[in-house]
Amino acid sequence: MRLTVNGTPVEVDAPPMKRLLDVLREDCSLTGTKEGCGEGECGACTVLVDGVAVASCLVPFAQAAGASITTIEGLGGNHPLQVAFMREVGAQCGICTPGMIMAALPLGPKPSLAKVKDALAGNLCRCTGYEAIYRAIRSAWGEQAPT
Amino acid sequence: MRTALSAFHLHRPRSLTDALRVMREEPATVPLAGCTDVFVALNAGTPPGTHYLDLTPLGGLARIAEKDGVLSIGALATYTAIIKSRLVRQQLPMLVAAAREVGGAQIQNRGTLGGNVANASPAGDTLPVLAVAEAVVVLRSAADGERRVPFTSFYTGYRASVRHPDELIVALEFPPVEGKQWFRKVGTRAAQAISKVMMAGVRSSRPRLALGSVAATVVRLPRAEAALAGGASIDEAVRILSGEITPIDDIRSTAEYRLAVAGNLLRAYWRDTAVTVLKSD
Repeated sequence: MRLTVNGTPVEVDAPPMKRLLDVLREDCSLTGTKEGCGEGECGACTVLVDGVAVASCLVPFAQAAGASITTIEGLGGNHPLQVAFMREVGAQCGICTPGMIMAALPLGPKPSLAKVKDALAGNLCRCTGYEAIYRAIRSAWGEQAPT
Repeated sequence: MRTALSAFHLHRPRSLTDALRVMREEPATVPLAGCTDVFVALNAGTPPGTHYLDLTPLGGLARIAEKDGVLSIGALATYTAIIKSRLVRQQLPMLVAAAREVGGAQIQNRGTLGGNVANASPAGDTLPVLAVAEAVVVLRSAADGERRVPFTSFYTGYRASVRHPDELIVALEFPPVEGKQWFRKVGTRAAQAISKVMMAGVRSSRPRLALGSVAATVVRLPRAEAALAGGASIDEAVRILSGEITPIDDIRSTAEYRLAVAGNLLRAYWRDTAVTVLKSD
């Protein structure tokens, strides 16, 4: 089956009911997407499918056929959200961070706190606490990423 | 993942006719939409079947439209689509309120109204709304074509319904709802928590009430409704309500807590909807 991952067309041979999460990690070697609960509660496995945030542990590979998938690797490392999470210390153990950033990505620049909380309601962090995460997302677009 | 997936068969239909043919030929087929319930079962090692039918290629089943005053929401309409729909916001604000409390954005983006009905959990977030809105379930099969079942007689017991094994839920239809609409979910957390108790209500000369997570199926409360319609005090209505439901102790809550919260929700519904009714009278 064909799909586009982080802008690159790929062809993957995997069972149609395989989780998109496992296709990304095992078949595409993109291990930035994490498995937390495996039941759609924690948001650690969040990726974008055609720009929409989904829990990749609940998506059969067949439903991603032909779609454009964006994972944390697609942000390149110097994305404003990634820089802001570093600056604001929006991560401690880091397991939830890729999912947090992917859930925040569709918000675009300078979202209100209410919008941030809404977008991240499905993402659990068990160590940092949410304040630094919210601060990172709200301030991300105010500063240029280092070049 | 505690399930070996390579043994599973997944059919991706080219058309609704093709999908209904698969349902007729292999009645144990499990239809898939947003997979937010089925994949939880797969991940836990309790697959609901070996044959699956992916409905998502049937984009026509996601349509939200109004005809002759009846609002039709396709089975594949996601919670996000419901939240964004101007038609639904205007006609069924209580359904928008319920959709907003289904999981987080990731779940709202994938989960569907048809899936919530088909999954038949007594804790399904939209189900009390469907009960008080007096929705109609539109079913289709290759053998019998289309038939319509009132939502309030759709479930026959715990996770059991009148849907035939070869039928697909294709849409939910809603007649116009007169009166002020109300919805409240009580759980451990606003998002990502399965409810302990939820209530939907419509306040009019014929008050309508439904509760989720307090019985084997979502339930309407005909005796409490009749009491309120007849001018009973709210204390009396709460007393009657407590004889109408059969909550249980489970991993999420206790029967005692659910009973107390159900009564509190009835009081909140009555208080929150009072002002508008007085004005419109």
